[in-house]
Amino acid sequence: MKQTNRKQKRREFLKVVATALPLAALAPINILRANDMAEKYDPSKHNYGMGIDINKCIGCGRCVNACKIENKVPKQPFYFRTWIERYVIPMEGETLVDSPNGGMNGFDKLAIEEAKIQRSFFVPKLCNHCENPPCVQVCPVGATFISQDGVVLMDSQYCIGCRYCIQACPYGARFLNPLTKTADKCNFCYHRITKGLLPACVEVCPTQARVFGEISHKPTPLARFRRFNEIHVLKPGLNTAPKVFYAHLDGEVR
Amino acid sequence: MEKIFEQLSHALQHVTGFIYPNEVELHWNILIVLYPYITGLVAGAFILASLERVFNVKEVQPTYRLSLLTALAFLLIAPIPLQAHLGHPERGLEMFLTPHLQSAMAMFGFVYLWYLMAVLLLEIWLDFREDIVRWSLQKTGMSKLIYKILTLGVTDLSEKSINFDRQVGKIITIIGIPSAFLLHGYVGFIFGSVKANPWWSSVLMPIVFLFSAIVSGIAMMIIIYMISSLLRSKKIDMACMDKLASYLLYMMIIDFSLEALDFIQRLYEAEESIKILSQMIESKLFISLVVTQVILGTLIPIGSIVFTKLLRFPDELRRLIYFIAAILVQIGIFSIRWNVVIGGQLFSKSLRGLTVYKMELLGIEGLLVAGIILLLPFVILYLLVKILPPWQKNEVSIETT
Repeated sequence: MKQTNRKQKRREFLKVVATALPLAALAPINILRANDMAEKYDPSKHNYGMGIDINKCIGCGRCVNACKIENKVPKQPFYFRTWIERYVIPMEGETLVDSPNGGMNGFDKLAIEEAKIQRSFFVPKLCNHCENPPCVQVCPVGATFISQDGVVLMDSQYCIGCRYCIQACPYGARFLNPLTKTADKCNFCYHRITKGLLPACVEVCPTQARVFGEISHKPTPLARFRRFNEIHVLKPGLNTAPKVFYAHLDGEVR
Repeated sequence: MEKIFEQLSHALQHVTGFIYPNEVELHWNILIVLYPYITGLVAGAFILASLERVFNVKEVQPTYRLSLLTALAFLLIAPIPLQAHLGHPERGLEMFLTPHLQSAMAMFGFVYLWYLMAVLLLEIWLDFREDIVRWSLQKTGMSKLIYKILTLGVTDLSEKSINFDRQVGKIITIIGIPSAFLLHGYVGFIFGSVKANPWWSSVLMPIVFLFSAIVSGIAMMIIIYMISSLLRSKKIDMACMDKLASYLLYMMIIDFSLEALDFIQRLYEAEESIKILSQMIESKLFISLVVTQVILGTLIPIGSIVFTKLLRFPDELRRLIYFIAAILVQIGIFSIRWNVVIGGQLFSKSLRGLTVYKMELLGIEGLLVAGIILLLPFVILYLLVKILPPWQKNEVSIETT
């Protein structure tokens, strides 16, 4: 009895192995299929945006660092595709704002006594990928444009370096890349998102203060973010219609 | 590149308040200050020339042709500072070839070419054609060939043909006036339409640019006419100078009123930007705005011309006053361009801080290059005057005895 039992078990085991092996062999095909999907990426089916929850940002600066590495942004403290501002609103007097090295190395201890602070918070900033982008409007050669998936992109092969777009951006989101001598800015890590990955800043955020995703589709994290938070955008009076949405944004933020 | 980093590190140390991290670098520098200054002189000189033609102001006739050539000399140089400032000058032509039609800047090529080709060159040619044909017959050698080419094969000197030149010339001048307005009004629009920048964003910007252009053009013609007369030992036509000084005065009053209106409006409305803009005027722009633009460049010239008119000074003194006033006006108008272009970048769009502009001395975007670019129109004007002498036949020489 025992022997037949053992035989049966062995047979079952072999069966499992026999079915599992081909399945395991199929796994690389799945990877290939993922690549296939990347090739077939259809920009017209997407409309990207970002949500930022001010209450969740701890000002660690990992997003700024990740962005610089991922996008080969010059490391000097004058060039940022994304940066963090710290706002300190004292009981009396002027609001204090700073962003040392774009907040990349975090922030120093406050110079003001804690008891004298009314509110304090961090605000991550980046290109707002506006629906009415003034930068796109002013570019004399059309080197910057809105892609079908709603991302404001830069063609550095075409930019003439006149810097009108830098002047036109109300958010200070653009800079002249000293390496390429062309205008540069956040592109939501376009090389990543078109492969189904998240932008680097979103990927590394330890508190999930940044939510990236689809604006137009319903069941997405960004849609949920917009549904359950009161949303503000930066400088709404300029009618740029930003697609970076802030939750818990303070009126002091410009 | 290390040099840029060094400069920016230095600028970073002089930032006051908070500015967005990308705002440390000031992008439009002295070369972009030159651009509206130079185009302003073009428009101003042309509008002055048009006065004689269209409105038949006989007194300013001695400066008529000289103004046209001055406008051309400055117009030929106008694109150079823009081109030199581009990050990729080799791609500059794309602005003409593949313009983005929504862009205010993309229109530059068309406005520029229209003005150069359709207005200025045609008008100068029509005006000089009779003389060119005559010179092509009188001169010998190389210059004969040059004038032959310049006739473009139209050598008819019959009365009918000359009359035709005059009539077409007049039509072109009439088209030219709005074109000159367009040229410089458009430059004002490039700045005035930037809604992100409260210092620039103003409907008055194109109009202020235009009137300041006329002011600078008239003042420049006073300077060029006086110096050229001196160099050629010809008597300065004081009726012409008095008339130009009057025009200069009227235009300055209009220009100053418009700017004062803009200023008062901003102050009274006191929008959210008022605090940082006031700070900027009191600190970074104090010299260039209050001292050189308003006091030296506007109030003193206006005052001195008014006094000259009231007190009927002798010719020599009037000449001297006009000359100094015209020089001061140039300084004032250059300051206006500086205050618009540089001033618009000294404050953060966060409206919480100010940055600095340290001009380079050498380098493509430095003071030296700017100076050379500013001298070029005078070199071109010298050559143009050699080829197409704009002088009148009835000029009186200063007696050398």
